[in-house]
Amino acid sequence: MSDTMVKAENVHKRFGRLEVLKGIDLEVQRGEVMCMLGPSGSGKSTFLRCINHLEKINAGRLYVDGELVGYRDDGDKLHELHEREVARKRAEIGMVFQSFNLFPHMTALENVTLAPTRVLGVSRDEARRRATELLERVGLGDKLSTYPVALSGGQQQRVAIARALAMQPKLMLFDEPTSALDPELVGDVLDAMRQLARDGMTMIVVTHEMGFAREVADTVVFMNEGVVVESGRPDRVLSSPQHERTKSFIAKVL
Amino acid sequence: MSTSELSKERTGRPEEIKAVPVRRPGRWIAAAIVLVIAASIARSIVTNKSFGWHYVGQYLFDSRVLHGVLVTIELTAASMVVGIGLGVILAVMRLSPNPVLSGASWLYIWFFRGTPLLVQILFWYNIAALFPHGIGLGVPFGPDVVHYTHTNSLITAFVAGLLALSINEGAYMAEIVRAGIISVPEGQTEAAQSLGMSRIQTLRMIVLPQAMRVIIPPTGNETISMLKNTSLISVTAYAELLYATQEIYDVNYQVIPLLIVASIWYLVMTSVLYVGQYFIERRYGRGFSRAQQASMRARWLGFRHETGAA
Repeated sequence: MSDTMVKAENVHKRFGRLEVLKGIDLEVQRGEVMCMLGPSGSGKSTFLRCINHLEKINAGRLYVDGELVGYRDDGDKLHELHEREVARKRAEIGMVFQSFNLFPHMTALENVTLAPTRVLGVSRDEARRRATELLERVGLGDKLSTYPVALSGGQQQRVAIARALAMQPKLMLFDEPTSALDPELVGDVLDAMRQLARDGMTMIVVTHEMGFAREVADTVVFMNEGVVVESGRPDRVLSSPQHERTKSFIAKVL
Repeated sequence: MSTSELSKERTGRPEEIKAVPVRRPGRWIAAAIVLVIAASIARSIVTNKSFGWHYVGQYLFDSRVLHGVLVTIELTAASMVVGIGLGVILAVMRLSPNPVLSGASWLYIWFFRGTPLLVQILFWYNIAALFPHGIGLGVPFGPDVVHYTHTNSLITAFVAGLLALSINEGAYMAEIVRAGIISVPEGQTEAAQSLGMSRIQTLRMIVLPQAMRVIIPPTGNETISMLKNTSLISVTAYAELLYATQEIYDVNYQVIPLLIVASIWYLVMTSVLYVGQYFIERRYGRGFSRAQQASMRARWLGFRHETGAA
């Protein structure tokens, strides 16, 4: 098995006539944490959604763990994967959304146990045990039977992280996980993510948290208008950016 | 005024305001008119012998009437169950990316919402005229597996009523279910998909349970309408509640008292449904508690306002 977890080759994506991704090339190694920065509308979130095939790419190739995303290549033609296949691959990739998207009609514990029992076929008891453990790890051991409506944004997002982790994913995607949070709630969520990075999880994080990127990321990618403008080690990209666009963005955000 | 005086005034609690209220003579006049009308109706109810209240008492628990009540409940329940089932199927078809499925669903809804229920009931009741040689079930365009030579022995008045009511209800329920499904935010589906759940699992475990919150209140209304619409089946001489009372007054000519008997039973049954709806709404309001309670209160208040003004 190769050490490359995600590989994008000249990935293009358009919505109607609007071209959102204009040729993305990048690689994420196993165990690497990559932070994607850039102004809104630059295509970061779209790229993230392409990785677990919530969006279909229009051109180029996108691989996760050596396998093509959404298609099967028989050397001659691309075949669309059956819905079942797509679902099976998505089950191996965890995703955390900006707006949490917890299931409001289920308690925190039920949110975390649902997919393991229904998708992976884990026994109810085993799923409960693991879910309890995960919720304790993100500091919510006392909120197991609480419904999302009664949780703060930061707590909801940590439940969402536990929910994704319960599937034992090999890759975690974070789509602006702290952008919808009150400033004082951001810290707990970032702590949970920091912990995860230390445990060796491969992560792609779309974020505006420069501090987090500087501290946790192995690689920082700066995107603008559907292309990768600049990428590299965080100290280099964030402290001495080479491109004008990166410079002006970082100057404004910091 | 100096600052020291100001602060001294602020330390004690000021006197409670007792203002003279604005006069609203309109309210008093409106209330008086309503009370006069109500009193005259009440007087008529009490003094007009034609209401025949002792007949009402006599027939309220008549075995034929009670049987009619039972049949009405059966017909309502069966038609709603089939209607809701049809509605879910039609709604999912309507939202399907397959144009044949969504087109068929659209056509169904267009037809059954666009023709009067009474016409549909008569149509089903007279279906034998369309298939005089019987009805069968089998291979399309091929031989029948089961065959009924007497169409009317299969399509009895009950079956005709059930078919008409449930097929018609399916069209209305389809729109209600569809509204419920599209009320669930896209993010819910995406979250379920990102966890590897299939389309069916997502619909059954994530989307429909949340759609229920939107589906239940209008379904309650539909059930109440259905209960009352079963009275239309009386045209097929089927002994539901209205027809049961008609049979009695055809003999003793006490039309008004027996219609009152029927109305009392319809009111009793719809009132029971109100209570049931309250509890079902609370069940599916889990996880939405704050908003749910607020809306429930608003509805009851609105309800009281309505009856108060009527």
